[in-house]
Amino acid sequence: MGFSDADLQAIWLTLRLAGLVTILLLLIGTPIAWWLARTRSRWKGPVGAVVALPLVLPPTVLGFYLLLAMGPNGPVGQLTQALGIGLLPFTFWGLVVASVFYSMPFVVQPIQNAIEALGERPLEVAATLRAGPWDRFFSVVLPLARPGFLTAAILGFAHTVGEFGVVLMIGGNIPGATRVVSVQIYDHVEAMEYGQAHWLAASMVVFSFLVLLALYTLNPRQRTF
Amino acid sequence: MKTPGNLVTLFALALVSTAAGAETVSVAVAANFTGPMNEIAEAFGEDTGHQAKTSFGSSGKFYAQIRNGAPFEVFLSADAEKPAQLVEDGLTVPDTTFTYALGSLVLWSADAELIQDGPRVLGRNQFRKLAIANPKLAPYGAAAIEVLEKLDVDQLVTPKLVQGENIAQTYQFVSTGNAELGFVALSQVIQDGEIGSGSGWVVPADMHAPIRQDAVILARGAENPAAHALMDYLQGERAQSIIRAYGYGLSK
Repeated sequence: MGFSDADLQAIWLTLRLAGLVTILLLLIGTPIAWWLARTRSRWKGPVGAVVALPLVLPPTVLGFYLLLAMGPNGPVGQLTQALGIGLLPFTFWGLVVASVFYSMPFVVQPIQNAIEALGERPLEVAATLRAGPWDRFFSVVLPLARPGFLTAAILGFAHTVGEFGVVLMIGGNIPGATRVVSVQIYDHVEAMEYGQAHWLAASMVVFSFLVLLALYTLNPRQRTF
Repeated sequence: MKTPGNLVTLFALALVSTAAGAETVSVAVAANFTGPMNEIAEAFGEDTGHQAKTSFGSSGKFYAQIRNGAPFEVFLSADAEKPAQLVEDGLTVPDTTFTYALGSLVLWSADAELIQDGPRVLGRNQFRKLAIANPKLAPYGAAAIEVLEKLDVDQLVTPKLVQGENIAQTYQFVSTGNAELGFVALSQVIQDGEIGSGSGWVVPADMHAPIRQDAVILARGAENPAAHALMDYLQGERAQSIIRAYGYGLSK
């Protein structure tokens, strides 16, 4: 049987979404992780908790609030309309924004752990050698915390690929824009097309296994959670 | 219930009613029928002494679960296709399928001003998104496509379509304003016989193939008198007036 054109379109869309979200999350998540790892502010607890929320919230809760917030009467929706972007639900970029929230803890926490594990010492030494803040980050933190960044990137990517509940709530199932693999599998199952569902679902299982295998092979000693 | 004596009487009554053949039947019910089914189950308990244990969810998932041994005895599907498939799979009691409700479609908006002159709002095309249920999965979605074709606006609005996985999600898209309007089930917006909030146009039933919602007794319910009693009850007067009050039609 193999993949239909619609399946291939969903796979390609999913990879694009996950790739883009991973890049954005590394850019956004790194400063947050850095701050969380090093701050003594009393806001550390609340901010850490907000970042971790998607770990415990059912995706449908997150999706429902995102739908309300990004809708025409929600604060985000009014902002995007005022900026002339229009509304985010039912668009590819809406999924990107939602996924950034949804996969945030999977990127922030490994990086935060890695930076915390470094301790103060290497940074202090670098500072005495007159390395500026950027230099310290790129020459000291990045190489030493590399396994943490790698873990973050792989987990962020894989988790976005596996996302379902949020996409279902705000996606609107538009081919080529919001119909990702997990939704396509759901559609196949609901339509009693079990053969097609098997093809996609089995590919997801293989993909997830390979991702985790890569993670554990590349980072044998790194704790992922 | 002040004295132990009353308590004893109560226990005795409970025992008697069990002995009189009160049974429990587990029913898988399509999510769109949640409202009427809750009322029917209560009336069913009052009138027959049997108890209907209801689970609500997507018909497609129930179908998959039933095929894999889920302990349901009666299935009230959102369509006619899945009960028919179960009959073919040999998982039902033969010749028990019947249409318990006919779905009515409504073009609805949460905005009270938007739909003033029936379907013309579609032709004017001054909206961002039109929500329908996934036509591949939900009969309400397939009916909506039929209506769009009949109105000759399908080409016009196709780029603006967003699909809910089921009719409940489609309603959510419209009620939150993310889609300005959409085709939902009349049962979702009806209140005391008319559209409760927003604005809408009830699609005439002859504009699409009937949305038949079929019920069937599953193999596991073959020996359960309550399963058969529930099927009879659904076709009785009290149940039918509940079904009608929720905006469904009845098959004749």
